[in-house]
Amino acid sequence: MTVKEMAGRLNLKPAAGLDAMENEVAGAYVCDLLSWVMAHAGKGSAWVTIQAHVNIVAVACLLDLACIIVCEGVEVDADTLEKANDEGMPVLTTTKDAYSICCGLKDLGI
Amino acid sequence: MGEMVKLEYRVSSEDFERAGDASSNTKKVLKKIGIPSDVIRRAAIVTYEAEMNLVIHSMGGEIVVEIFPDRIIVTAKDFGPGIPDVDKAMQEGYSTAPDRIREMGFGAGMGLPNMKKCSDDFSIESEVGVGTEVVMTLYI
Ligand SMILES: Nc1ncnc2c1ncn2[C@@H]1O[C@H](COP(=O)(O)OP(=O)(O)O)[C@@H](O)[C@H]1O
Ligand SMILES: [Mg+2]
Repeated sequence: MTVKEMAGRLNLKPAAGLDAMENEVAGAYVCDLLSWVMAHAGKGSAWVTIQAHVNIVAVACLLDLACIIVCEGVEVDADTLEKANDEGMPVLTTTKDAYSICCGLKDLGI
Repeated sequence: MGEMVKLEYRVSSEDFERAGDASSNTKKVLKKIGIPSDVIRRAAIVTYEAEMNLVIHSMGGEIVVEIFPDRIIVTAKDFGPGIPDVDKAMQEGYSTAPDRIREMGFGAGMGLPNMKKCSDDFSIESEVGVGTEVVMTLYI
């Protein structure tokens, strides 16, 4: 499934990296500790987190993640959005918590 | 690719704005050269963790990435403050990062262990008041 379709089905708001919405979502990973994400998130994962500072874009790009889903209505920093646009990394936002998003992802077969 | 490629980056203390640029650029170069993806992933992890340690824990330093036909050598060297107990620093979960850094998701104490795990050869030398040098070799 593409990031675009996933975002539509789960009602996630695309905030940046719109030209990479065709990225294929191969799985999901949930964590707010960046070293854990670096060590364990698989390529093509949708990363579910409440971190929203600019460094999350570097982490997602280094691992070839499919997208970043920022939960709980956390406001994403302007430089994060700018970097995500530059690097082509979709950032999606939602007011729901990580648990709800993961349930939604499971229902989609991810 | 008989030639050696050398990348050098200055990394500033506390510069969270640009933190990740050295590792991101390194990954792009490795991809362009055609390095296998599993090696790129490991190189990305060790370079990122080394870079973040310079940003978070050091007074500034540099990252040098040397790409040979059969191996990649990543060296992170800084100008202090040095690590008082390297064995402790190498333990999973050990971190001296302050709360404001932890709130950003750093300071899990997994950086050095991850760097060691992802390299084929790993060495760390540190002297308090002088600095720290970490050298990691990944075979292609
Ligand atoms: N370049 C460095 N200079 C000084 N201290 C360092 C450096 N790198 C690591 N350390 C020390 O080693 C500890 C463990 O590092 P690491 O495993 O990367 O975890 P973290 O960065 O999450 O704290 C750090 O908290 C810090 O005390
Ligand atoms: Mg670290």
